[in-house]
Amino acid sequence: MRIPPRITQGLAVSAMWVLASLTLGVLAFIIAYILWHGLPHVTWTFLTESPKAMGREGGVLPMILGTAWVTGLAVLIAAPIGVATAIYLTEYTREGRLTAVIRFGADCLAGIPSIIFGLFGFVFFVITLGMGLSIISGALTLTLMVLPTIIRTSEEAIRAVPQSFRDVSFGLGSTRWQMVTQVVLRSALPGIGTGIVLSIGRSISETAAVMLTAGSALGFPHTAFDSSRTLALHFYVLSREGLSMSNAYATASVLIIAILLVNLAAYWLMRRFVAKVA
Amino acid sequence: MRREKIISLLLMFAALSAISGLALITAFIFKEGLPIMMQVGLGQFILSSNWYPTEGEFGIFPMIVGSLAVTAGAMVIGVVFGLACAVLLTQFSPPRLVSIVKPSIELLAGIPSVVYGFMGVVILVPFIRDTLGPAMVSLHLASDPGPGLSVLAASIVLGIMVLPTITSISVDALQAAPRSYREGSLALGATEWQTTHRVLLRAARSGIVAAIILGMGRAVGETMAVIMVAGNTLDVPHSIFDPVRTLTSNIALEMGYAAGDHRKALFATGIVLFVIIMVLNTIALAVSRRRAGKAVAR
Repeated sequence: MRIPPRITQGLAVSAMWVLASLTLGVLAFIIAYILWHGLPHVTWTFLTESPKAMGREGGVLPMILGTAWVTGLAVLIAAPIGVATAIYLTEYTREGRLTAVIRFGADCLAGIPSIIFGLFGFVFFVITLGMGLSIISGALTLTLMVLPTIIRTSEEAIRAVPQSFRDVSFGLGSTRWQMVTQVVLRSALPGIGTGIVLSIGRSISETAAVMLTAGSALGFPHTAFDSSRTLALHFYVLSREGLSMSNAYATASVLIIAILLVNLAAYWLMRRFVAKVA
Repeated sequence: MRREKIISLLLMFAALSAISGLALITAFIFKEGLPIMMQVGLGQFILSSNWYPTEGEFGIFPMIVGSLAVTAGAMVIGVVFGLACAVLLTQFSPPRLVSIVKPSIELLAGIPSVVYGFMGVVILVPFIRDTLGPAMVSLHLASDPGPGLSVLAASIVLGIMVLPTITSISVDALQAAPRSYREGSLALGATEWQTTHRVLLRAARSGIVAAIILGMGRAVGETMAVIMVAGNTLDVPHSIFDPVRTLTSNIALEMGYAAGDHRKALFATGIVLFVIIMVLNTIALAVSRRRAGKAVAR
């Protein structure tokens, strides 16, 4: 017997609806579960105190600072390099063997697992360059990790800027560099910002690579050469060693809220960008 | 004009940093790991099941099987759910809904892997240990309910984690299919679903294959979540309820205290992982390049 196409369609679409709802359900459940168990423990003292007894008690201020240092430095180094790469690829060269090599590098780097970055950062930054387990080693490792994201989003943003903008700028007698900095980058800025914000999110979430490069010292980081534990790693240690469930949930809540804010910012920037170039 | 030349040169140097980074990573991982791999013997290293690092026995066969097992499981879940989301997003949902679902899936990609692992530990592992495993045993579908920490738990967690990758790249591929295909098919009287699975999914095939392969790379490479839910034993798993150790977790678990040959052997484990990832990446790149070539030819 042949099933009428309308019915097959109904079945297929309902099945997909079920699968997609389950996916969104999982997301909602994870966020709700963590916040439900964690938010009551996220108090002012939790955010502003040092951990006591290996994190069984006390707060997470050093980890918040450590995360901010590592993430901030990584993005500060990666953003100029990534945007410069995107400018070079779009405005300063024609497609050829060199651009193919550059793209291959970025694409491959994007696929490399964080634990490999960790191994590399450990042997290169920590040992060979003698930086030790430190914020700077962690940040430089993360720089390589987030570079492909920044390159790709910046390139897409720059390509989306209408050609007529460039023609007008050249027509008014500007040099290529003036055209790039004053016309193209200005229009592409929110799009580039999306990539940078997403990189911040990726750096905050990263655990395996920072574990091997930034170490897990519990104290306050004073300089970029101090070892520091990030929030994500602290959460891993707390939950893995069963030190304190309430502090683990609270740390996870801080992480989740940070990621929510980051994604919200990325979303807002993307909408602004679309409104600007369209 | 000289200023422009200098700027162009500086930009080129910046642009070479990604490929230089890749070269450095490759060089250092191989420099650290290759000697011990050669010393043990490549065949012995890959095919032996004896991992006694303190006694100088390095065989990673169970970890390779472990990585393949959890990846295969993750792909079943990731592909089914990921493709369903992609097709729904591009073909069957009003723009308003897209504006909710798409950012949600991006958020799913943003959640830290340790949080996924943790959720696996508090929800999934007890469920498998106390409910699913015993039920399977009483149905004679499994011989041992296992500890909960298992191939199955790792597969489910990884499946959810690779879903956003598969969805977002498949969405791009489906959107790149020419509008005329869809319109032509609908004009011939096909339903939207017939159009989707007989025309659009075929037109977007290479992009979807690339999405699946990149998702596979994600799953092979994921570390923290897997450590938390896979159990990390050194045996080759016999059922999906058995615990396993993957290549990534082997590195992350032991790097903290390893020294000497042991540490070098972990770098050698990294080489195996690196080669698997590069092969997957290259296939994905080749597949999506073929698609780009085809689009131009059109």
